[in-house]
Amino acid sequence: MLDISAWFNDLLADNLIFTPTTLGYYWEGLVTTTQLVFLSLVAGLILAVPLAIMRSSKHKWISLPVYLYTYVFRGTPLLIQLYIIYYGVVFIDGIQETFLWPVLKEAFYPALIAFTLNTAAYTTEIFRGAIKATSKGEIEAARAYGMSQNLMMRRIILPSAFRRALPAYGNEVIFMLHASAIASVVTLMDLTGAARFVYARFYAPFDAFLFVAAIYLCLTFAILYFFRFLEKKLLAHLRPQNS
Amino acid sequence: MLDLQGYGPRLIEGAGVTVQLAVLSLILAIILGLLTASAKMSRNWLLRRTATVYTTVIRGVPDLVLMMLLFFGGQIGVNAISDLLYYNYEIDIYINFNAFTAGVITIGFIFGAYMGETFRGAFMAVDNGQIEAGKAYGMSNALVFRRIRFPQMMRHALPGLSNNWMVLLKTTALVSVIGLTDMVRVAAEASRATHEPFVFLIPVAVAYLLIASVSEWIFARLQKRYDIGFGGQ
Amino acid sequence: MKKLLTVSLLGLAVAAASSAHARDYDNVRIGVDVPYEPMEYRTAEGELTGFDIDLGNALCERIGVTCEWVEQEWDGIIPGLMSRNYDAIMSSMTINDERRQQVLFSDPYITMPSAWFAPSSLDISEANEETLAGKTIGVQRGTLQDNYVTDNFSSVADISRYSTADDMVLDMEAQRLDIVFLDFPIGQSTLLDSEEAEYVVVGERISEPKEYFGEGFGIAFRQRDEALAEQFNEALAELQEDGTYDEIYARYFGEE
Repeated sequence: MLDISAWFNDLLADNLIFTPTTLGYYWEGLVTTTQLVFLSLVAGLILAVPLAIMRSSKHKWISLPVYLYTYVFRGTPLLIQLYIIYYGVVFIDGIQETFLWPVLKEAFYPALIAFTLNTAAYTTEIFRGAIKATSKGEIEAARAYGMSQNLMMRRIILPSAFRRALPAYGNEVIFMLHASAIASVVTLMDLTGAARFVYARFYAPFDAFLFVAAIYLCLTFAILYFFRFLEKKLLAHLRPQNS
Repeated sequence: MLDLQGYGPRLIEGAGVTVQLAVLSLILAIILGLLTASAKMSRNWLLRRTATVYTTVIRGVPDLVLMMLLFFGGQIGVNAISDLLYYNYEIDIYINFNAFTAGVITIGFIFGAYMGETFRGAFMAVDNGQIEAGKAYGMSNALVFRRIRFPQMMRHALPGLSNNWMVLLKTTALVSVIGLTDMVRVAAEASRATHEPFVFLIPVAVAYLLIASVSEWIFARLQKRYDIGFGGQ
Repeated sequence: MKKLLTVSLLGLAVAAASSAHARDYDNVRIGVDVPYEPMEYRTAEGELTGFDIDLGNALCERIGVTCEWVEQEWDGIIPGLMSRNYDAIMSSMTINDERRQQVLFSDPYITMPSAWFAPSSLDISEANEETLAGKTIGVQRGTLQDNYVTDNFSSVADISRYSTADDMVLDMEAQRLDIVFLDFPIGQSTLLDSEEAEYVVVGERISEPKEYFGEGFGIAFRQRDEALAEQFNEALAELQEDGTYDEIYARYFGEE
C-alpha cells in the first residue's frame, strides 16, 4: 500500500517554501475564509428577506430607511465599512466592560458584522428587483383566490422571486468570496492572510500568491457549478421542453 | 472646516489620487475590454481561447490577491529584467514600478475582463441589417465601425459600463493596502494617530458616495445622448 | 496569467529603457517604511522626521549628495530596492544573514534590542511558553520579531500580524492584544510614554540568538553598489567622531 504521508513528505522534501508548516497556514486560512464567507452569507440572507419586503413597500416611511441603508452600503467600499466597524467599536464608551467585548475583541466578529451588513445590502436589492418582476397575472390570480397580502407574499411572490434571483445571487456569493480577501487587513489569517505571511517570510511573491490564487479559482468554480446545478433544478419549469 | 486636525489637505490629496487612479484604470479597462470583445468574436481560435482564459481567470481570483501578485511579483520581475540588462550589456535602467502603476495595471486588467463581457454583449445587440446597409452604401469597414457599430454598441453598453465603473471606483480603496496613499489610507493613518476613526472614515465614505452620484449623473446624460432616435427607454 | 504578466512587464521595461540614465549618485533615493516612531514618522502636517531620517540626511550632506525619501510598505521594501524604486533602505532594518543574501549592508549604525510590552494588568514577570499560553501576541508582519515569535510561540499562543506598528499599538490600547513584541525604542516611545494606559516591559530586553536578532540596524544597498556603501560607512564614522551622531541620538532617545 502506498504510504501517502511519506509520498507527501517526499514531494515537499526539496521545497523551502511549501513546507508542512506553511501548508498548515494555508489550510487554516481556507477554514477561516470559508467560515467567514459562509456565516456572513447566511446571516445576510436572513436579514435581506424582510428588508427586501420592506424596500418593496408602498409606504415611503418603510421603504426609505431601507433604501438609505442599501445606498450607503453599496455605494462605499467594504474596506471602509470594515475599518469603521473594527476601529469604531473600540471607541464606544465602556464597551470593554460589557459582555460583548470578548466577542468584538476577536478580529473575526467585527469582520463578520461588516461582511454581513454589506452582503445583506446587495442581497436586499437583488430580491427587491426579483419581487418587482413578479408577473401581474400571478398576483391577480392569487387575489382572485382571495389570498391575504401575507399569504400571497409567502406562497406566490417570494418563492417565484427567489428562483428569479438565483443567478444574481450566485454572483453575489462569488463577489463575497473575493471581497473577503480584505479580512487580512485586520489581522485575520484568512487565505490571503496566509499568502501575505508566506510572502513576507520568504520573499517569494509568485509562489505565495499564485498558489492562493489557484485556491480561490477552485472555490469560485465550485460555487459557480453549485449555482448552475441549483438553477437547473429550481428553474426547470422555465426551460424549453424539447425532449 | 476642512482642516480635520491638520489632515484635511492630505485627505484631499488622497481623494485626488483615488480619482486619478480610477479614471486611468477605467481607460485601460475600456481599451482591454474592446480588445477582449474583438478577440472573443474573432474567427481565430487562439484569440478566442486566450480571451476566454483571461476573463475566466481574472474573474475567479480576488482583486486584492491579483494586486499583491502584480505589485510584489512585478518588482521582482522588473528586477530580473534590469539585472539581465545590467550584467549582459552594462545598461543600467531605472524602472519606476510603484504602487500607483501596479494599481492602475491591476485594476485595469481586472475590469478589462468585465468590460470585455459588456462590450461583447453590446456588439452582438447591434442589428446586423444596419451593418449590411452600411456596407451596401459602400462604407469601408472602418467607417462602418465608426459611424454605425460603435455608436450603436455604446447605447447597449452604457448601463453595463456605468455599473462596472461603480464597482471599479470602490475597488480603488484596495490600493491603500499595498501602500498607495489614496484617501482611504490617509484616513486610516489619521484614525490610528488621533484615535478618532469616525472623524476621518465617515467623510471618506461620503466622498465615495459623492463621486458615485456625480458619475451617475454623467452616465445618465451620456445615455440620453446615445438614445437619441430611440425615444429614450 | 503569468504569461500575461510577463508580457505586460516586458512592455514596461521597453517603455522605461528609453529613459535610461547612468548611476553616478548625485541624488540618493532612500526607501523607508513610515510610520515607525521614533525612527521614522510623519507629523500631522505630513513632514517626515525621525532618527533614521535625520541621520540619513546628515550622512547625505556629509557625502555631498541630496537625499530623497521614498515611502514603501515593509512587505515590499527589499524588492523595491532591487527594482530601483530607490537606491538604499534606511528603515530600522536589522542586519542578518537571510537579508545579506539579497542586499549589501553598511556598518551597523545603531543596535536595538527587542522587548515584550504588556499592560501592567497582565502581571507576568517573564515571557515564556508557560506565561504566554493562550495569549494573543502582536507583531509586525515579516519582521524578525515575527519570525522569532512564530518559531517559538505559535504552538501555544495566537499571533496577530500587522502591517504597521501603529495598527498594533491601537489594537493594544483597544485591549485586543495581550502582549506585543517590538523593537525596544519603538515600544518605549509608543507604549511606555502613552497616557492611555499603563504599560510595562516584560522581562529583559532581548537580542539573542543572533540568527534572529542580527547585529544591529544597517543601511541596505544593492549588492553591486559597493562604492556607495563605502561612502556611507566613511561618513558614518566621521559623524560618530565629531559628535553629530550623538546630537541626533539625544534628539530621539535622550541622553544615555
